[in-house]
Amino acid sequence: MCTIVPISLTVGANRIVPTIAIPHPLGNPALDPVEEKALRRRLVEKALEALSTEVDGQEVFEAF
Amino acid sequence: MSKKKVVHYINQFFAGIGGEEKADHKPEVREGVVGPGIGLNAALGDNAEIIATVICGDTYFNEHLEEAEAAVLEMVEKYNPDLFIAGPAFNAGRYGVAAGAVTKAVSEKLGIPAVTAMYVENPGADMYKSDVYIVKTGNSAATMGQAIPALTSLALKLLKGEEIGTPDEDNYMERGIRVNYFAEERGSKRAVDMLIKKLKGEEFVTEYPMPAFDRVFPNPAVKDITKAKIGLVTSGGIVPKGNPDKIESSSASKYGRYDISGFDVLTSETHETAHGGYDPVYANADPNRVLPVDVLRDLEKEGKIGSLHNIYYATVGNGTAVASAKKYAEAFAKELVADGVDAVITTST
Repeated sequence: MCTIVPISLTVGANRIVPTIAIPHPLGNPALDPVEEKALRRRLVEKALEALSTEVDGQEVFEAF
Repeated sequence: MSKKKVVHYINQFFAGIGGEEKADHKPEVREGVVGPGIGLNAALGDNAEIIATVICGDTYFNEHLEEAEAAVLEMVEKYNPDLFIAGPAFNAGRYGVAAGAVTKAVSEKLGIPAVTAMYVENPGADMYKSDVYIVKTGNSAATMGQAIPALTSLALKLLKGEEIGTPDEDNYMERGIRVNYFAEERGSKRAVDMLIKKLKGEEFVTEYPMPAFDRVFPNPAVKDITKAKIGLVTSGGIVPKGNPDKIESSSASKYGRYDISGFDVLTSETHETAHGGYDPVYANADPNRVLPVDVLRDLEKEGKIGSLHNIYYATVGNGTAVASAKKYAEAFAKELVADGVDAVITTST
């Protein structure tokens, strides 16, 4: 899970979930706490979906 | 000046003993030159002479690494040479590994200058290029004619104790060593000059090559995520409050291993970030923004995952060398496997 997807592609990650921002990849301080946690959950569920998906090579799994 | 003494190492094939069927040939030593040593010896000219040749089968060496290396060292030491040369191994994989290993051993354990030569894609090259001088050759013995002058040129410099130039100047593989020097132009001027060359489509040479990243095959998908034990790893520097392992804010020299048993959520009271490469305000206020413990605990309770592993691993990715990151991951990946973790989510900042 990373914000700068080109770096993850360069270093060779195979299952990549793009995140929100460098200092808060799995959150957004502009949202209220309930919305923010829902956002985080959506990202983590996408990561779990990526882990459950067969891939041939590098694949980016967009949560949004 | 009397001729300096050189001992040469070759495999069973170049010694004329045989191919694959003789690859289990045990180490032996012969006086004088054998095989490619004839050409090397001629190129060394009046400066040096190959006084003995050590021969070992490639399979034997690779299957008996320690014994073979010890036997070769003993043979080399007996002749007390001024220089040791192995190969060239071209693209022969086991030969390259053997040549790299003996070159390293002779140089480090006997303190004798040593050099080898092989093709850049020989597996021995990656294994030993940071330890020893490996002269670049073509991929087959058909390029022996170019390999010998390149190899002897570097060998003679080592023999005479002359300063070794850059990898480009002396045709060896980069060893990852930085050398300070005074440049004629300042950095900003050099950078702009390089940019202009790039824009014009002219050739230029970078002063800071990017590391070559390796690739790994993707692991198979997790069959049933609702039964899986999920681990967490981060380069975002999330550590227990107070940073007990004192992980550095940049160029981290270590990683931490932290227990989150009993934690349903990370808070500003319990955790913080050690990372010095991003604004820490948001992660310090709510560390789940980097390490999503709260959500994974919810998913664990709801049965959406089997469990959240109670140990997480963290380092600071800020300016940390790729080689260090790789070393940390190799160490803790073994623990994750031993702990029965089925899949890992890594978060980065």
